[in-house]
Amino acid sequence: MLEVKDLYAGIDGKEILKGINLTVKKGEIHAIMGPNGSGKSTLAKVLAGHPAYEVTKGEVIYEGKNLLEMSTDERAREGVFMAFQYPIEVPGVSNAQFLRLAYNEKRKHLGEEELDPLEFKDLLKERAKVVEMDASFMTRSVNEGFSGGEKKRNEILQMAVLEPKLAVLDETDSGLDIDALRIVAGGVNQLHNSENAVILVTHYQRLLNYIVPHFVHVLAQGRIAKEGGKELALELEQKGYDWLKPADSNVAVPAN
Amino acid sequence: MVTELIKQESSYLEALRDLHSAQPASNVEWLDSLRNTAMERFSELGFPSVKDEEWKYTNVAPIARMSIQPSAASADLELANFEVPEANDSQLVFINGKLQRDRSSVTALPDGVTAVDLVEACGSDHSTILREHLARFADYVSSGFTALNTGFISDGVFIHVRRNVEVSQPIHILFISDGAQPVTFPRVLIVAEENSSATIVESYLGANGAEYFTNAVVEVALKDAARLEHYKVQREGSDAFHVATTVAELGNNASYNTTTLNLGAKLSRHDVRTIMDHEGAECWVDGLYLVSENQHTDTHSVIDHRKPHCTSHQLYKGILDGKSRAVFNGKIFVRHDAQKTDAMQTNKNLLLSNEARVDTKPQLEILADDVKCAHGAAVGQIEEDELFYLETRGIHPDLARNLLTYGFAEEVINKIKVESIKQQLDEAVLNRLNTRLEV
Repeated sequence: MLEVKDLYAGIDGKEILKGINLTVKKGEIHAIMGPNGSGKSTLAKVLAGHPAYEVTKGEVIYEGKNLLEMSTDERAREGVFMAFQYPIEVPGVSNAQFLRLAYNEKRKHLGEEELDPLEFKDLLKERAKVVEMDASFMTRSVNEGFSGGEKKRNEILQMAVLEPKLAVLDETDSGLDIDALRIVAGGVNQLHNSENAVILVTHYQRLLNYIVPHFVHVLAQGRIAKEGGKELALELEQKGYDWLKPADSNVAVPAN
Repeated sequence: MVTELIKQESSYLEALRDLHSAQPASNVEWLDSLRNTAMERFSELGFPSVKDEEWKYTNVAPIARMSIQPSAASADLELANFEVPEANDSQLVFINGKLQRDRSSVTALPDGVTAVDLVEACGSDHSTILREHLARFADYVSSGFTALNTGFISDGVFIHVRRNVEVSQPIHILFISDGAQPVTFPRVLIVAEENSSATIVESYLGANGAEYFTNAVVEVALKDAARLEHYKVQREGSDAFHVATTVAELGNNASYNTTTLNLGAKLSRHDVRTIMDHEGAECWVDGLYLVSENQHTDTHSVIDHRKPHCTSHQLYKGILDGKSRAVFNGKIFVRHDAQKTDAMQTNKNLLLSNEARVDTKPQLEILADDVKCAHGAAVGQIEEDELFYLETRGIHPDLARNLLTYGFAEEVINKIKVESIKQQLDEAVLNRLNTRLEV
């Protein structure tokens, strides 16, 4: 589904990702972990197409296509979704209006018929159960006045409506209390299936108690410093990230 | 060049004086005398220049370069999009300054409400009320444009709401220009007696491509505990000049809620003055200006707290695209006696292009010592991160910008209680890029 090959990227001329390789197949859940500044959020934003980040080298193949050549909105319509660490408020536009707009943009793109407001309302009601959101959220402006936990649940609701093939969740667990974490993680687990894939970007192992990854990749200073199964996350929980820090020693030593 | 301009202006003033001399007498002596006095004053004042601090950013010289000779209408108007069906039988329609009796109907208004032609009212039972209020608030001694309008009071509207009468349907006053009459002088006087309540919509529509000048003056007198919701919708044609003054005086515990929507005209200027000379009154003086290309819009607001225990709220938002330019100058005076004043003023602007420019100047002048006042101004652009968020949901960048622009304007749009006007404004904001939002 996704193949990231030797990816270099940065912002404002500062290189952050220094040769990322990552392969994600459908049905898989990958966790990207790492200390602050290791480049994990940058990776998420580059995959989603944030205009401020510049890819200087490497390629990203998504479903056989060159992802980096697609605009941000095109990527989304092709099934790439990113849940934000800090979702944006859109005053004046209700959650229902916004979700229907996004949903229909995707349907149009796929050559499917758009849903009218009534049809969409039924769909929305069904999907909202995934994150235990009640109807009052649908008439409120997108994220406006939402608590931190509500915003994160709203991100997962958007994911439930848009049904992405590849979902990148950027620090979705940050700032969540235990109940909200349970709801958000439960939502992701319900939405994950053998046809899609999830990339969890997280600093802490905590989220991985709820969403169990098939693979864990640890980033340090823009490179993948270590990879393994879910047990790697537990090891990090015990040891912290410090033992990975001297990443310079990881720089490939010339063969001679 | 300069001499040429002065010559043009003086010939324009000359033409206006000729036009004034040619207008038929009104048969109401005091009105004729008021018109003559005001015209004399206009001859002395002329048009303001950019050297005048109040007109620093708005150059009205192009108005003086216009021809004022009536001509054949140069463009057609599509009125269907701008109807206010809530006021089908409570509206007065003017075309090129003349009241259209066949298009106007006030049959839906309850007893105790009068909405009639202004000059006609001057000679009627209402004469005393008119004489007492007309030109009392709008100052023709210091303002050239108000003097000019006062010199030409003829067709206009007088609305009177009797004591304790509540009018549920909005009263719509519609001024349409197709360019055949290059200068019009709409004049409105609204007098709401004690404890009455009403909603009044004042609209200006014009043909795109026609060069004409609307010089309007609206006076509002709210007696004790009267409540008025007042909308001004300015959608003049693309080549029009619109210079208007609105003055409201509030009685004890009166409530004045006004929203001005400035969308049209090549050059528009609105002076809006709220006088709080009685205790316990409250006002909301809000607005939205939405301009693009080479449009220029200027709002000068004065909220004058003269007596204690009054509250004023002001929220003006501006959206500027292209090479457009906006001016917001908001003064709040809190006089010596106006203790316990609560005044809040905000002006926020969204620039959609790098070439648009806004000059904003909120001003507070406080002479009382026990007051609560705050003001602020902001100028911003759509943030890259906001756009990115919407785009990651599959929304095209143009549509995303539009949604965010709408979100910015929404605070003002949503306070509009006349549904058709709210919808028109929704569309004006969203349709800039052909977006539709349904529930």
